[in-house]
Amino acid sequence: MTHPNKFKSQRFNYAIVVLMSFYGLILTACSKPSNQQSIDYNPTPPITQGGTLIDASTAEPTGLIAMTAGEAAASAIAGNIFNSLLKYDKNLDLAGELAESWDISTDNKTITFHLKHNLKWADSQPLTSDDVLFTWQKVTDPNTRTPYGSDYTLVTKAEAPDPNTFKVTYSAPYAPALSTWASLHILPKHLLKNEDINTTAFKRNPIGSHYYQLNHWKNNQYLTLTRNPLATQGQANINTLITRIIPDKATQFLELSADNIDMMGLNPSQFARVLPSRPELNKNIGLYKELGNSYTYLGFNLKRKPFDDVRVRQAINYAIDKQEIIDGVLLGLGEPVASPYKPGTRWSNPTLKPYVYNPEKAKTLLKTAGFTDTDGDGILEKDGKPFSFEILTNQNKEREMSAVLIQRRLKEVGIQVSIRPLEWASFLGRFVEPREYDAVMLGWSLGLDPDQYNIWHSSQQGPKQFNFIGYNNPKVDKLLEEGRLELDLDKRQKIYHEFAKILLEDSPIVYLSAGYGLTAVHKRVKGIANPAPPAGIGYNTYDWYIPSKYARNEMSDH
Amino acid sequence: MLIGISLISFFIMHLAPGDITTTEANFNPKVSQESRQQLRALYHLDQPVYIQYGLWLKRISTLDFGQSFASHGRPVFWQLKNKQGEVSLGMIQEALPITLLINVLSLFIIILIALPLGVISAIKQNQWTDRSITLMVFVGFAIPSFWLALMLMYWTGVQHNWLPISGLQSMGYEQLSWLSQVADIIKHLALPVFISAVSGLASISLFVRNGMLDVLGQDYITTARSKGLSENRVVYGHALRNALLPLVTILGLSIPGLIGGSVIAESIFAIPGMGKVFFDAVNMRDFPVIMGILTIGAFLTLIGNLFSDILYAWADPRVRRGIN
Repeated sequence: MTHPNKFKSQRFNYAIVVLMSFYGLILTACSKPSNQQSIDYNPTPPITQGGTLIDASTAEPTGLIAMTAGEAAASAIAGNIFNSLLKYDKNLDLAGELAESWDISTDNKTITFHLKHNLKWADSQPLTSDDVLFTWQKVTDPNTRTPYGSDYTLVTKAEAPDPNTFKVTYSAPYAPALSTWASLHILPKHLLKNEDINTTAFKRNPIGSHYYQLNHWKNNQYLTLTRNPLATQGQANINTLITRIIPDKATQFLELSADNIDMMGLNPSQFARVLPSRPELNKNIGLYKELGNSYTYLGFNLKRKPFDDVRVRQAINYAIDKQEIIDGVLLGLGEPVASPYKPGTRWSNPTLKPYVYNPEKAKTLLKTAGFTDTDGDGILEKDGKPFSFEILTNQNKEREMSAVLIQRRLKEVGIQVSIRPLEWASFLGRFVEPREYDAVMLGWSLGLDPDQYNIWHSSQQGPKQFNFIGYNNPKVDKLLEEGRLELDLDKRQKIYHEFAKILLEDSPIVYLSAGYGLTAVHKRVKGIANPAPPAGIGYNTYDWYIPSKYARNEMSDH
Repeated sequence: MLIGISLISFFIMHLAPGDITTTEANFNPKVSQESRQQLRALYHLDQPVYIQYGLWLKRISTLDFGQSFASHGRPVFWQLKNKQGEVSLGMIQEALPITLLINVLSLFIIILIALPLGVISAIKQNQWTDRSITLMVFVGFAIPSFWLALMLMYWTGVQHNWLPISGLQSMGYEQLSWLSQVADIIKHLALPVFISAVSGLASISLFVRNGMLDVLGQDYITTARSKGLSENRVVYGHALRNALLPLVTILGLSIPGLIGGSVIAESIFAIPGMGKVFFDAVNMRDFPVIMGILTIGAFLTLIGNLFSDILYAWADPRVRRGIN
């Protein structure tokens, strides 16, 4: 006990010093220049074929049959493998994909699609109207586990009179019909007719007709697509598409920095703060922003007092500073909206302006609605009860931050707000479905057709339906019904402009913002439309190309 | 015991609001009420909970863990062959070996480092060596692992290209020779194992330290020293062996932890392990997967307890002979 081993203790001390300096090393995680070779990716050489584009996805697709998979990850990849009858072009107008042309009967109830000739599946079997009919039968089959059947069950009769003609009849004119045929991936009958579409191995081993076919699927790690030599729409330039599954955005960003992936979706702070401050990275990365077809909003439970009073709703709308939310939360990467449509598209009414931030007007409106601060505590009262309510939102950081800004602004006009973030399934099951809430902060992602019957029509207020705010306006109901029947684009546009105008005045929800979709693509990828057209940069991925001198050295991939 | 555990977890899961049809169809305005009902019926979710439990118990008694509710419909536990002879691998079958490998490696490293650290701390009790070791392991324990992970990924992956940043295998893995395959996996696992070891060091090394301190104060150590044995003999021959006994219990209890995996680490490193599978399943209300993992976890906990009891009896004659 009195003779400690001197030699040993010194060695231990040394080990500790090493360990300590290692921690120190980590803490100061150095700022040496990166090891990337300095190629100038800015010049644009002529189009070449070949190359590999590596993309990252936060989730793995559950399968590649979009009708049964349903999530974004699946439709993104399946969209490279399967064709639809129609597609949206760069200006978001409908164009033919498998269909060469289409006619609408004079009573607006029958659509006849004329398919292109000599279409082939990737296994060289002919693709005919029989496959289209088969796909329609599958999507409307009650045994198919698809959430998307309802649009197609409106078809009362579907026929394939000859291999190049497909004809559908509706019981009444249905204006969104054409757009539904732009989102239905046509499946091969010859491979699926004896299969159970819910469980078939085809969904992990699909044969399609589009630019790419699945080459390799490594569970939870990556999917590799290679060009389909029999593609119905001609040949894409890039030979191989790899989608790596990386759940964490920060990790994706590191992989992008290390040049292991070419493309990822960014969040506002990566886009506006991190990348601009890293010139060596900025040099090689192209940044693209495009408005998505979605918006976030503050929605009221219109069945509850005082939100049944339009003056209260308008007052809250005036009291919230939307620009502050866009600047503070989205770092300026969003647009204020005044209608439930993407700004700049045909359906968005350009004469409508969002409610400007005006707390004085908000206070006046609240006063006329009977709210005054009787006890001098800064909170308004009506009939002796203070005006306070709760905003519910799902666990989404941007929405939680916006809610805090709203809380402060509403306090300034005398309304007390509390905020409760909730897990998604509880949020729907315990609050939204039983209508046990005051206000919610959510977002809508919308299709390209302007029909929003499901969201706003007074008949859609059932327990799990989407008009959960309880909006009921006979004028809006009528417009929504007309809009579904009207096939003339200009008349339809007028209907939806009018609808958006009434909605804005009524203020059943407060539009907060439409955020930009932010994408980073390595500059070795050329042929990307910039600025993004209405359909977004992804509309022509088949024209993108990677000049061979820019191609990554495949062996250095991790 | 197993039935009790499964019963409780089954009912708790069903108490949580929502089911696969709310989570998977994800509030999509295109999804109609009828399709939702249809889905519920297909999964028997429209039945009362006790009937669902009965159905589950019936299947589990034949060791059939069922298939995931999520639309990929993969088998929960072990691979299944369809009628064309195509095999789809089980979710646990795929994820478990990865998680097990990481956790066993990191446990191994933890013991390798924590044991000597704990012993040194005990010998040098309250000297600066002891204090700095304690500080060090606590710093390791307290550093948020996601932050440390990101920093190390940046340092070793972006700045120096020493190690891959994320994932489990390189892109051309299949074409590599088996030796390079092993090297490739080791490279990919280096950071995840290191991170999990850094945070686990504290508990084991302090455990060893305190165990040693207890033992070093015992009479028989004084006896050993008074016999004139060298300090090394005393510490390693007499004290350490006894101080290690409680560690056996800890190791036994860590067996179920070995399959747990960590959601945060697995997400950051994009490693398809058990933590991510379980987390996603809970968020999706994917009952067969949740129940499969819980049941296997419960089973392993029981085995682990039994195992550590047996080991304890083997290592400690006092337990074996019932001497207090």
